[in-house]
Amino acid sequence: MVDVEAGFLKFFARATGETNPIYFDEDAARAAGHPSLPAPPTWLFSLALAAPARRGGVLDPDNGMGVDMRRILHGEQSFAYHRPIHAGDRLTLTTTTRDIYEKRGGALEFIVQDTRAVDGAGELCAEMSVVTVVRHG
Amino acid sequence: MDKAPTTFASAQVGDRLAEHVQGPITRTTLALFAGASNDYVPLHIDSDYARAAGMDDVFAHGMLSMAYLAQALTRWAPQDRLRRWSARFTAITPLHATVHCRGEVVEILEESGERLARLKIGAWTGEGLQTLDGEAMVALTDTSGTGT
Repeated sequence: MVDVEAGFLKFFARATGETNPIYFDEDAARAAGHPSLPAPPTWLFSLALAAPARRGGVLDPDNGMGVDMRRILHGEQSFAYHRPIHAGDRLTLTTTTRDIYEKRGGALEFIVQDTRAVDGAGELCAEMSVVTVVRHG
Repeated sequence: MDKAPTTFASAQVGDRLAEHVQGPITRTTLALFAGASNDYVPLHIDSDYARAAGMDDVFAHGMLSMAYLAQALTRWAPQDRLRRWSARFTAITPLHATVHCRGEVVEILEESGERLARLKIGAWTGEGLQTLDGEAMVALTDTSGTGT
């Protein structure tokens, strides 16, 4: 369970040089028809980092895969949207490891994880897939 | 730009997004983005750590460029028209790079009763190195009934 926090969304807007005020000014967001600040398209990735899975995380040495952080690269990323996410929402994230495969005779390993974000009413809001590349050797 | 970008609602195959340029990416950019995006992997913020891991120096988060690419898309169409999108990270974005986000409508199609534009999208450094290669599906007709 993770909260979508307005302060974090404003910090993200600033850190990414966002100039569209609907992403950092509540008045502008409401004037554009939003109940509060909208979470930008990539925000689910950051929410998942804020609320890591209890088990099975790629970097988690105790309850996950314990992959060495120095060896990882982000390979691919995708998002799909079903309902808008706004500041003040509380979401439940569920992550499933869908696939692990290797290329180049094991020199590169690919970990595919899918995350679903569901709101308090049980409605699916957004989904994402993350492909993490582990460099061996 | 050789022609003014068209509005998304009347999108046609061949239409291009206005090029969206961000950067140059400094160490400050990376420090702020690490904190703001909850991504504390030290490869992006600690030069000593990055060099010990075999890299030349810190390098940009792939998700920073993807956030810039999202800005290119939401400058073309409101975010609630974005149905799904994806990107492959095809090269590391080095420190001091500028990020040039581009996109082009490659297909207009119907799906689940909606008219959608399929866009090829990507990011390049100022030197022309492609760092992200992706695709986005944007709804052209408003079927939500709210007008937003």
